[in-house]
Amino acid sequence: MADVKLLGTWPSPFSYRVILALKLKGIDYEYIEQDLSNKSPLLLQSNPVYKKIPVLIHGGNPISESMTILQYIDESWPETHPLLPADPYGRAVARFWIKFAEEKLSSASMIFRTSGEEQGKAVRETVEVMEILEEHAFGSLKEKGFFGGEKVNMVDLAYGVMGRWFDAIEECSGVKVIDPLKFPLFCGWAERFNEAPVIRDNLPGRKELVDFYKRRREMMLAAAAAASN
Amino acid sequence: MAEVVLLDFWGSPFGMRARIALAEKGVKYEYKEEHLLTGKKTPLLLETNPVHKKIPVLIHNGKPISESLVIVQYIEDAWSDTAPLLPADPYGRSQARFWADFVDKKIYDQGKKIWANKAGEVQEAGKKELIESLKLLEGELGEKPFFGGETIGYVDVALVPFYTWFYSFETIGNFSIQAECPKLIEWVKRCLERESVSKSLVDPEKVYVDLILVLKKMYGYE
Repeated sequence: MADVKLLGTWPSPFSYRVILALKLKGIDYEYIEQDLSNKSPLLLQSNPVYKKIPVLIHGGNPISESMTILQYIDESWPETHPLLPADPYGRAVARFWIKFAEEKLSSASMIFRTSGEEQGKAVRETVEVMEILEEHAFGSLKEKGFFGGEKVNMVDLAYGVMGRWFDAIEECSGVKVIDPLKFPLFCGWAERFNEAPVIRDNLPGRKELVDFYKRRREMMLAAAAAASN
Repeated sequence: MAEVVLLDFWGSPFGMRARIALAEKGVKYEYKEEHLLTGKKTPLLLETNPVHKKIPVLIHNGKPISESLVIVQYIEDAWSDTAPLLPADPYGRSQARFWADFVDKKIYDQGKKIWANKAGEVQEAGKKELIESLKLLEGELGEKPFFGGETIGYVDVALVPFYTWFYSFETIGNFSIQAECPKLIEWVKRCLERESVSKSLVDPEKVYVDLILVLKKMYGYE
């Protein structure tokens, strides 16, 4: 079987989507940590369009964009742990929510990158996104489990970032957006996700994530202050 | 309700993607126009796409699908026995998805910087960025007749509808896409030779007069 390499950075949630997919499928891979302040020739050559991680390289062929990578993994290793439903309509619903995650979750990262009024705006946008998800996406799950039914699938992986990562971002940004009283279905799902087989053994530690984002936020806010002087 | 219904708006490049895919597969469907310029959305649209309230929406046997590329992939999956839009191998499929996604991330927003603004910094940035994106796409096309190889595929379907808005970008932005990206325009002409494309795309001048200029007035982008 051709070799699999993953170019990523710790603790990027986009890297982790791919790591978790590879682990769920039981695929062996070589992880190569990237330095984005000094991009490697391999990264630049494998993702010349965006120059970003994650990049999966399979038998020398590079694939970029985390959700595109997940679809590639699912199609290349179809025998174990399918990551999409088999029926066309189920797949369409899954793809709809994957696209929604790709477009809307960035407001959450703005909470971490900003302060004051800008942060307030990012919080409001994120709450709006959460309200839609709670009603239309997580609403269909009820208590049953995951977007993949009894097992995690790629929609769960797309949103998985909102569990532990968001928790860390809230703590180091000093804002609380995910109120369990307001978003009970999301919170129930996030707990189940964090405890799911394979997932629970492969998530970054909460303390490490909080420490990382605390340092990053300090750096970002200092840089923003310096830039405005 | 007919078995296959498409809620659409005549001038939408996103709607045109769905029209081309349905035509490629030979699917009979009922086209329902959403009169977006009136500012009113029909109950059917609000009910079938409550999250985004946007067209296109495909309704197959009463079940709604939204987001144009999700719709095209659904059409590919549901009518898998004719005219495949994606290659069979996972790597080829990943590349097609990557480039269609690139079109989605770049073309509409870059074009909007041109048509929704007066001459100036933002418009100039839009022109530069759009040409860069189209040149990258030209590079990806290479010497192939279509992005899909010998016949049109997923990326062709994702990109060609934006051709109908090029005339508006060029007229408002005072530049020529043909001059910068001649190979891409040759590709467009090849696509238009297929009935599925020529019947699904609308007249670029009509887009300019009846849509873009109307939107500019409606939103005060003048």
